[in-house]
Amino acid sequence: MLLPTDMTDTSPAPGLLRFITCGSVDDGKSSLLGRLLYDAGMLPDDQLAALARDSRRQHADAGDVLDFSLLTDGLDAERQQGITIDVAYRYFHTARRSFIVADCPGHEQYTRNMATGASNAELAVVLVDARKGLLPQTRRHTYICGLLGIRQVVLAVNKMDLVDYDQAVYAAIAAQYRELAQEMGIVEVHCLPVVALTGDNVGARSSRMPWYTGDSLLELLESVEVTPFRAADFRMPVQWVNRPDHSFRGYAGTICGGRVSCGDEVVVQPGGQRARIERIVSADGDLPDAADGQAVTLCLDREIDVSRGDVIADALRPAPVADQFTCHLLWMGDAALLPNRTYWLKIGTRTVNARVMSIKYKVDVNSQARLAARHLALNEVGYCALGLDDAIAFEAYARNRTLGGFILIDRQSNATVACGMLDF
Amino acid sequence: MTAPSIPSHSHLDDLEAESIFIFREVAASFRHPVMLYSIGKDSSVLLHLLRKAFYPARPPMPLLHVDTTWKFREMIAFRDQVVAAGDVEVLVHINQDGVRQGISPQTHGATVHTDVMKTVALKQALDQYGFDAAIGGARRDEEKSRAKERIFSFRNAQHRWDPRSQRPEFWHTYNTHIRKGESVRVFPLSNWTEMDVWQYIQREGISVVPLYFAKPRPVVERDGALIMVDDERFVLREGETVQMRDVRFRTLGCYPLTGAVESSADTLAKIIDEMASSRSSERQGRVIDQDPTASMERKKQEGYF
Ligand SMILES: Nc1nc2c(ncn2[C@@H]2O[C@H](COP(=O)(O)OP(=O)(O)O)[C@@H](O)[C@H]2O)c(=O)[nH]1
Repeated sequence: MLLPTDMTDTSPAPGLLRFITCGSVDDGKSSLLGRLLYDAGMLPDDQLAALARDSRRQHADAGDVLDFSLLTDGLDAERQQGITIDVAYRYFHTARRSFIVADCPGHEQYTRNMATGASNAELAVVLVDARKGLLPQTRRHTYICGLLGIRQVVLAVNKMDLVDYDQAVYAAIAAQYRELAQEMGIVEVHCLPVVALTGDNVGARSSRMPWYTGDSLLELLESVEVTPFRAADFRMPVQWVNRPDHSFRGYAGTICGGRVSCGDEVVVQPGGQRARIERIVSADGDLPDAADGQAVTLCLDREIDVSRGDVIADALRPAPVADQFTCHLLWMGDAALLPNRTYWLKIGTRTVNARVMSIKYKVDVNSQARLAARHLALNEVGYCALGLDDAIAFEAYARNRTLGGFILIDRQSNATVACGMLDF
Repeated sequence: MTAPSIPSHSHLDDLEAESIFIFREVAASFRHPVMLYSIGKDSSVLLHLLRKAFYPARPPMPLLHVDTTWKFREMIAFRDQVVAAGDVEVLVHINQDGVRQGISPQTHGATVHTDVMKTVALKQALDQYGFDAAIGGARRDEEKSRAKERIFSFRNAQHRWDPRSQRPEFWHTYNTHIRKGESVRVFPLSNWTEMDVWQYIQREGISVVPLYFAKPRPVVERDGALIMVDDERFVLREGETVQMRDVRFRTLGCYPLTGAVESSADTLAKIIDEMASSRSSERQGRVIDQDPTASMERKKQEGYF
């Protein structure tokens, strides 16, 4: 298959990159992603043949041009309406890196689906049409990315062929975008001009825009460094108490911050009982230590009461514990948020009753203006005061996604009605 | 496509940890979970992860094999070895109505056979045992409608999937709340690719059905596919002759509906090499998928996995 990059490159593989793509309808997002997969050599012959067939069916007059946008439009419902409703996940790799792409819908109506994709992503590729420049949607997408904790954005200015590959057009858009991104808390911005349709600056650098001397999109994605979105202090939400018989009692979970070694003193939160780590059990044998992201089973040196939902934390630097918070809420329910109604709140592995006590303000997702509000409707974002029935161990979302991000569940319908990011 | 090189802490470790988290979340959140076991390579990986997730305890949920009665003999022999290992309960369900009606892929065609012996059979078994969560090995890289499905995928009391009203799914904070009669399908391998699966099988030394490895097997050419003659029920059509060819399978299902590929890859290393230079996708060999493109979406809405 095609090799997208220089195979003699010996720099170390930077690991898995999870990113999202967002843009408004017709900016060329599907085309760009399809082209990226093609340039990475990921489209097998039978899929290419199906694509050629679909392309001919859709564009009877266009000859043998491949319409890559047809690759990613998955569901029947979407094909009929010609829009993307839900997040589609795509997988590809090059010799240097593996990628998981969440292709997100751009329409405001599907903001919750875009936020779903953003919640597990480290980077966003934001698309704009060079003829249109920045739109209110661009602000909204960037805002949602920032809200969900994405720190790095690649701005792809697409359809450069339709503005005569004009550097000035590109430079103006890029400058405006850098300003906007900074406003939204995006730490790192990379901009590049592309033509998704013909692949210019997608897999390889384009000869039609010699004034652009940076990396192609694929090169950029391969080399970008992701700063871990994680607190340094040891944290592990208990998922499952493992008790096969009386001789063994372990606490299974996935570490969501820091590292832990045998002998370390830990505290079980919110209760506050202390113990030392006696064993770190895995099916491949006991481990001397374990770090962020690993799924392990911890044994403690004394019998204390630990159950699902507790957080095992570094005893010297425990997590804060509280039952009242301020947070950003993205409302996703079809019915509006009702202050003082009780919902289930799930954070990490803990589920507790919660009420929104007040909405301090809501944020217009397109302009980021702060507005007074009595309730939150579908796809609205509010800054709220939250009260729980029980105290929980938590972290600010900016420090730890697992212990700072939560969902609200409607107790009658069981629907997921909001996602929230804790502040303090 | 090149096989990505695997450093000491690799993306396979991340994928493994994510899958183990999902298994534990199911065990902790549902009253009566089950793991669908289809005997293929993805099921072998699932079983391996199931054991790892709960070690040193035994897996806290049974396996369910929906037997269409047309699986390859080597698949059934492999399943029986899993049963013999003894650490996990294996339930086998066959749609007896279908057996009485004599449903077969040869006389009724792929669509009817799959519907009666797989989709209906699965729903029968889930209802009979009252399972509220069923774990399956589907991956998002397999097919377009799967690419859009959640990891915890809600089903109503009729087992139907509604692609238009999927629950949003944030981080790894899964909403596991359901009413009585409703259920979820859970896909711990959602983020794995076919390459990841094989590299993980190699790294972990997981055993798989020998049909994945090339060797001379009796096949006939039918509708552009190589179909293996696995037992005496196979009816030759006019002009068909059985030939011995070096073949292997990329996916496994009912033998009259599963196309083999010509190959000399008889080791894991060779399979991975072959895949890295391959120009066709995995499900190409599956006769049931060659309906219109959207067929999987429809089957899933009706309760197929
Ligand atoms: N001229 C030109 N057309 C493009 C380019 N990228 C996409 N298009 C066209 O713009 C339309 C919308 O593209 P699509 O990928 O479906 O956009 P999406 O709605 O953002 O996914 C299609 O007709 C594409 O062929 C480009 O770089 N140049």
